[in-house]
Amino acid sequence: MAASTDTGADFRTRLQGWLPKLVLSPSLAVMIIFVYGFIAFTIYLSFTDSRMLPSYGWVGWQNYDRLFRIREWDIAITNLAVFASLYIGISTVIGLSLAIFLDQKIRGEGILRPIFLYPMALSFIVTGTAWKWFLDPAIGLENTMHLWGWESFTFDWIKDREMAIYTVVIAAVWQSSGFVMAMFLAGLRGIDNEILKAAQIDGASNWNLYRRIILPQLRPAFLSAFVILAHLAIKSYDLVIALTGGGPGNATALPATFMYSYTFTRNQMGIGASSAVIMLMTIAAIMVPYLYAELKEKK
Amino acid sequence: MAVASSDTAIRTSRMTRAFIYLFLLLFALFYLLPFGIMLVNSLKPLSEITGGNMIALPRDWTIEPWLSAWSTAQIGVEPTGLRPYFMNSLMMAIPAVLLSTVVGALNGYVLTKWRFRGDTIIFGMLLFSCFIPFQIVLIPMARILGILQIAGTTPGLILVHFVYGIGFTTLYFRNYYAAFPTELVRAAQIDGAGFFQIFWRIMLPSSGPIIAVSFIWQFTNIWNDFLFGASFASGDAAPMTVALNNLVNSSTGVREYNVHFAGAIMAAAPTLLVYIVAGRYFVRGLMAGSVKG
Repeated sequence: MAASTDTGADFRTRLQGWLPKLVLSPSLAVMIIFVYGFIAFTIYLSFTDSRMLPSYGWVGWQNYDRLFRIREWDIAITNLAVFASLYIGISTVIGLSLAIFLDQKIRGEGILRPIFLYPMALSFIVTGTAWKWFLDPAIGLENTMHLWGWESFTFDWIKDREMAIYTVVIAAVWQSSGFVMAMFLAGLRGIDNEILKAAQIDGASNWNLYRRIILPQLRPAFLSAFVILAHLAIKSYDLVIALTGGGPGNATALPATFMYSYTFTRNQMGIGASSAVIMLMTIAAIMVPYLYAELKEKK
Repeated sequence: MAVASSDTAIRTSRMTRAFIYLFLLLFALFYLLPFGIMLVNSLKPLSEITGGNMIALPRDWTIEPWLSAWSTAQIGVEPTGLRPYFMNSLMMAIPAVLLSTVVGALNGYVLTKWRFRGDTIIFGMLLFSCFIPFQIVLIPMARILGILQIAGTTPGLILVHFVYGIGFTTLYFRNYYAAFPTELVRAAQIDGAGFFQIFWRIMLPSSGPIIAVSFIWQFTNIWNDFLFGASFASGDAAPMTVALNNLVNSSTGVREYNVHFAGAIMAAAPTLLVYIVAGRYFVRGLMAGSVKG
């Protein structure tokens, strides 16, 4: 009798010991299959002759070789470079300026802050719809300026192959610069005012205060903003679809739109997979060191 | 925002302050204009848009475009309006949000209060999954949904959003529970409380704010998703974002801009409402997704 209650209690403590891992294991399994397994599968497909459906004939590096000879891919990665650097640069400058200015005991901050940030709650499809029309020369900004008597005003970037990618930058900055503002504002509010007061007593100018003391302390916010914006830029898909549909022609193609069209509409799955792998590698090159550093710091 | 009260001690001149206010107001205008103009123009008859000034208020106010966008506009081939797709999005988002939040809460609890060897690696792997470009999973996901026979359906999309939501919800709860005193958990354990009892009686009652963050952030992400919706649920099961895009970019017939705008605002309404009602948690979710700790 005693022995059996013993093993019963023993079983229960052992179960209690196992429970945490048991609870975590479905997530782990889901992640291993749906994230890492899928990644492995797509990497594998990028080395096969898959067209409309996955197929398993090994072709080595041929898809990558062909990928980098496709003109549209060339356009897509050039666009990404232009888009990402402008998007990150401009969002950071606007976000930082707004945060610094909002931090000056501004009356109405409680009204302004939500106004700056609300676009972040919208879908990129909604943002694209709004801007597509605003930038349309026939009925949007250009037309309005003409009606107001400024006849020579032209703003037809969205119809212009050379300039269309910059309209994507405008809409993307509109959507996420408020978010960058929020991150910098949180960083600014975390800075110890005593240091600032001491520096002021020592006669430091405002400019020097910001340059020497405040901005260096915002380094983590700069890093986070960069990482978040960079990964958003590489993933950008919806906004281009809604704003320009990748056009005119394929002037605003990005790797994400390229991948989708080659995989699902042009039936070149092998090439689509290889472009997805390149996207993943680009993001991993940014995220892995960042996440590694973040997780290590916490210990 | 967590520490909204401690403004900087910087002193500025009157000129500088005037400049600062001007700058802030100009940007407020920049953020308000596109959406504001869209709202105004959704209440105009079409002739006033194509023939008139976009900034002008409507001469004839009309809610006709709204009614049309909601129930009669042509989406794809059917003149159903956006209503069925709005419902699709709700049917998709609510279960996916609930499921991923529950799982995230349990994961966060295990990863902070029942630590074991290798838990940081598991968390790191979960975390990385938040940031992958989803293009890398589209092809195999399409296959799996086909095998499970839920391709092109709302349950299929629920699965997809649940799976790729776990990373973020785990992150939220882990960071939140990391600050929760572990001694309380140990004390309860000594008193004989089990794993789920501790979670239910001790962790959950103090998890209100982070549950709000998780709900709001997951809801926003899932509602606003376009890539998964476009890839895995065309036709009848399409979510709101996909239907809106079909409405706006359909090439047939006259472009009814006012109907497009009304539709766009409908697609934006749920997440905007959430933002207006619970903006504080929205900002927290934003931060938690970027700054780990």
